[in-house]
Amino acid sequence: MNNYQEMWRTLGLNMEAHDQLLQVLPPTYHDVYLTQANRPQGMEYFDFVVNEIHGLRIQELQEHKKAGGKVIGAFCVFVPEEIVRAAGGICIGLCSGVEIGTAETEKVLPRNICPLIKSFMGFKLGKVCPYFESCDIVVGETTCDGKKKAFEILNDYIPVHVMETPHMKKNRDRRLWLEEVRDFARVVEKATGHTITADNLAKAVQEVNNKRRALQRLAELRKQDPAPISGKDSLLIEQIAMYDDVARFTAKVNALCDELEEKIKAGQGVFPRKTPRVIVTGTPMAIPNWKVPHIIESSGAVIVAEELCTGLRYFENEVAEDGQTKDGLLENLAARYLGINCAVFTPNTGRMDRLLQLVEDYHADGVIHCALSFCDPYAVEANRVEKTLKQHNIPLLKIETGYDQEDSGQLKTRVEAFIEMLG
Amino acid sequence: MYAGIDIGSRTIGFVVVSGGQVTYSSIADTGFEPLNTAKNLLTGKYNRIVATGYGRHAARSAFAHRVVTEIKAHAMGAVHIFPSARTILDIGGQDTKVILLNEHGAVIDFQMNDRCSAGTGKFLEVMAAALGYPGIEDFNAAALAGDNGIKISNMCTVFAESEAVSLLHRGIPREDIARALHASVVERTAGMLRRIGFNPPLVFTGGVANNGCIITLLEEKLGTEVLIPPDPQLVGALGAALAAQNDSAVG
Ligand code: SF4
Ligand code: SF4
Repeated sequence: MNNYQEMWRTLGLNMEAHDQLLQVLPPTYHDVYLTQANRPQGMEYFDFVVNEIHGLRIQELQEHKKAGGKVIGAFCVFVPEEIVRAAGGICIGLCSGVEIGTAETEKVLPRNICPLIKSFMGFKLGKVCPYFESCDIVVGETTCDGKKKAFEILNDYIPVHVMETPHMKKNRDRRLWLEEVRDFARVVEKATGHTITADNLAKAVQEVNNKRRALQRLAELRKQDPAPISGKDSLLIEQIAMYDDVARFTAKVNALCDELEEKIKAGQGVFPRKTPRVIVTGTPMAIPNWKVPHIIESSGAVIVAEELCTGLRYFENEVAEDGQTKDGLLENLAARYLGINCAVFTPNTGRMDRLLQLVEDYHADGVIHCALSFCDPYAVEANRVEKTLKQHNIPLLKIETGYDQEDSGQLKTRVEAFIEMLG
Repeated sequence: MYAGIDIGSRTIGFVVVSGGQVTYSSIADTGFEPLNTAKNLLTGKYNRIVATGYGRHAARSAFAHRVVTEIKAHAMGAVHIFPSARTILDIGGQDTKVILLNEHGAVIDFQMNDRCSAGTGKFLEVMAAALGYPGIEDFNAAALAGDNGIKISNMCTVFAESEAVSLLHRGIPREDIARALHASVVERTAGMLRRIGFNPPLVFTGGVANNGCIITLLEEKLGTEVLIPPDPQLVGALGAALAAQNDSAVG
């Protein structure tokens, strides 16, 4: 591995805390990922990316910045990365999937708040995330109250631009959201010093659509039995999608899909045929939050789809490419993003319909609903999910858990029992 | 000869079946080295061993051929004893489970208590000690004789303990406090049963099913009869032994 110490220091990381973070990651990664049987060759690239998570990619960001480019961070799949790209910036999904700097964080946030919010605050206060430290601005959104209010506090440490995301999908909400998207374009233009034009926006839309298509292609292949790739690997790819270079990532996913197609033709998979198939749904799982998927796939089931923002919600809808003008394209963008079935919408029937469709398309035997602790939108919406699935006789397991490992034993028992029930 | 072993937090149960009949069983305190305790229980040669309970995975690496969860084990064991069972309540040393079965005895839903020990065997043990009863049996007997007058409002083991002690200091009869503590366990358990929408017949397994006071209060509260297996603590191990036997039947 390269020596990145100097780069990290220049970024102002807290070297000691950062070291601690790096020490947890590799062993976890090894146990969770590298011990899987029959992994596709194509995973090599993604292993490499994780290995270099604070290295090569950060170096690329620094080079981009040296050349005058800007880096913009986001916490939610509502933030249109196309706009950032059009203006020559790089959009990075900030992960926040691990507990860090808890004591520092609890100075500014209440103790009973979702681990995701706690985590991003901890990353910033603890100065451990080189992505965060590379950002010129971060973009927040008003999806849930916890985040909305936490962004005010985060703004004390880094400039935060907040987009107002509606909580309904009526016409006036669409108008509001379109205005927010236009505002965001202006903010990005100002930050980058580049004008967004119909041309550069059309190109960005196409590039990001290509990324989504590659992910859709991968998702499509997972309908096969035996499953050609594990759910854990798929989740990892989806997590990496949020911060890797768009064109390179797209090419690598497509190459992996080529390999998987060959495997499918040869009847090969990563789990035996007839392994119970589950769909995971609920609060997004930011890198490196692999706890639940790992428990599921080491208990004898395979995850065939993620109805998550680190999953299908991120890539299932494309932006219409037919816009001729900048404004037309911005309208297309706004429309695409409002199609996301986030639990902060009321009602959110789209999510229920989608889940039923997924169970059918992926021949799933059951659904596991996983909400982060204190995540009200998903924990409450679990009731709607349960009602819908019950009506269709689809087995469901509901889990609420955080980033700690204390409940692993109990979770394992519940997940195993659920899988026994399916088998 | 098929063996089932249930490695729980408090006790380890061991059952051997042959031709669907129990030929041997034993039980031991888990102790500090569960795996050793478990190994000492294995006294003969078995065609197959299936482990269950929280120590099942450790047993799988050490000697067992396969694992099943406590949920499945209790379901199989209870249905073997009471074929018509539709709901199982299992209160063990550190957790409580409710298991719903369909008319064929297959698990269709289940619930487990959260991470704390409120309402479990551990809770009752702590309370027996707090009230100065020499053993859990004395505590149960006292509770049966006690009156229904008072109510314990805290469910958390730590707070309930101090509540019980302060009631004692206020001169409330010990039996009545014992009664109230039992009632609070039943209250919590009944809530769990109702939440999952239980159906009778209800089978009660696990160590706490030896507690006559809990049984009586539970029957009153639910208005239905509660079936108790002959060795409620061994139901999980029995289920595991039956799973071992089934494995051989299919392959
Ligand atoms: S769940 Fe909602 S708020 Fe969270 S990332 Fe997804 S869209 Fe954004
Ligand atoms: S939607 Fe849920 S997980 Fe996301 S920030 Fe809000 S409470 Fe946390």
